[in-house]
Amino acid sequence: MNSIYLDHSATTPLDGEVLKKMMPYFSEIFANASSMHSQGQKAAEAIEEARLQVAGLINASPSEIIFTSGGTESDNLAIRGLFLRLCPEKNEIITSAIEHHAVLHTVQDLEKHYGAKAIYLPVDGKGRVNPADVEKAITSKTSLVSIMMANNEVGTIEPIEEIARICKLRGVAFHTDAVQAIGKIPVDVKALGVDLLSMSAHKFYGPKGVGALYVKKGIRLNPVMTGGSHERSLRSGTYNTPGIVGMGWATKIAKDKLSWHMEYTAMLRDALQKRIFDEIPDVFVNGDEENRLPQLLNISIKFAEGESMLMFLDMDGNIQASSGSACTSKSLAASHVLNAMCIPHEFINGSIRFSFGKDNTMDHVDKVMAIFPQIVKKLREMSAIGPDKPAR
Amino acid sequence: MYSEKVIEHFRNPRNVGVIEDADGVGEVGNPVCGDMMTFYVKVKDGIITDIKFKTFGCGAAIAVSSMISELVKGKNVDEALSISSKAVVEALGGLPSNKIHCSNLGAVALARAINDYKRRNGLPYENIPEPEDVEEG
Ligand SMILES: Cc1ncc(COP(=O)(O)O)c(C=O)c1O
Repeated sequence: MNSIYLDHSATTPLDGEVLKKMMPYFSEIFANASSMHSQGQKAAEAIEEARLQVAGLINASPSEIIFTSGGTESDNLAIRGLFLRLCPEKNEIITSAIEHHAVLHTVQDLEKHYGAKAIYLPVDGKGRVNPADVEKAITSKTSLVSIMMANNEVGTIEPIEEIARICKLRGVAFHTDAVQAIGKIPVDVKALGVDLLSMSAHKFYGPKGVGALYVKKGIRLNPVMTGGSHERSLRSGTYNTPGIVGMGWATKIAKDKLSWHMEYTAMLRDALQKRIFDEIPDVFVNGDEENRLPQLLNISIKFAEGESMLMFLDMDGNIQASSGSACTSKSLAASHVLNAMCIPHEFINGSIRFSFGKDNTMDHVDKVMAIFPQIVKKLREMSAIGPDKPAR
Repeated sequence: MYSEKVIEHFRNPRNVGVIEDADGVGEVGNPVCGDMMTFYVKVKDGIITDIKFKTFGCGAAIAVSSMISELVKGKNVDEALSISSKAVVEALGGLPSNKIHCSNLGAVALARAINDYKRRNGLPYENIPEPEDVEEG
């Protein structure tokens, strides 16, 4: 039974074309891109081409792109880099309760060890940050605002343009984690007006372990990685040439295929959502159906536990999805995102996320629906909670 | 991450259901992870003649419930009470460390069901406290 991979928000498969473009940089063109000799310069040229490609996807200048090891590092560089430059005079950070841990744990670390004072803005029931809350939270001591462009669990797209406008008026730098947005929806840093933007190649058919931070011209950061002064001294470390080349080509393909990808994955996602609603009672969508990533469906199945659903889908159908249930996390804490959205506990633990990609087909939707209603029925029959016996 | 035994019990859980005229019912809910378990026992001459469970929870929680029901069926109630959660984990071929608490949950639900039977029958009984959390991980 072939795998039916519906977990593209976790990571995507590497595009075959991208892999081909990467291959020579593992072997023939192995030289250090910082070396003066001709072989080194070949690698350096490839990196500069990738920089152009990445910049092209988000309407930035190549000089505004800093290559990193991925989304986590980009978030760290943006947040620590700004904060450490501006503290202690400006020691306040404004972020949201639904950020990825790459942002949340970074901000928490700055609170614990560097005297930061953070404000975690709430979200509404659909996972949206209210720009008016950002406006109210900004003070003369605010060092930065960091609000994600699209949430990884529920797919809610945040009002980034409005928040960026507010930050600009108040003279505060604005970072957005766009890791989930890149390749899924149009992202234009000029139109949005953001100062810093994180991206990660493996979320859009590029390789793992490579990403980039857009740093708008004029924004000054402290480095996080110090060393041999690569990337304008903002990010030292010998260039990951194959990874960077791969990211470049992945952005090029993402740009060319963006509108097709949006339409195609949304068609599959909507079909699955409709069929789940038609065939399974007591379900509801988590997130904002009007402002949602096109390829993502987060749905709560009342009285059926997330991990158990995932296991049955995987074992019986070789179908891979994900869940925000407490049991699926190492810490046994239910999703902080669904909690912040005030979703009741029995729904959080019954949440399941399906995220589509370019290689999925309508047949995959059919295969999910061939087993999913039975799985839910079985788990509900086994469940200690139900319509007549709610959770404590 | 799960042993074959866990997977096998998860796929084909034994003794799922409710005993309408149960002699004892024990319920436990874990406030940390949201799991819920209910055990129903039927007891004759101090022997557990029938046991059923209902569980809302992860693969481990379901497998633990199933394994416990199998281990105690036909046993004397005091013998059943002496089965440790560690023994349940061993019978399942181990559990991932962050799932050990599921076995405590099962042991508490069972102990509550048996003590409910004892209480109803005028036998000395105990109130079983909430399970201890995740420390064993
Ligand atoms: C919103 C968001 N930010 C950051 C990351 C981290 O990216 P990476 O895995 O490249 O470190 C992820 C993905 O895991 C993500 O979804």
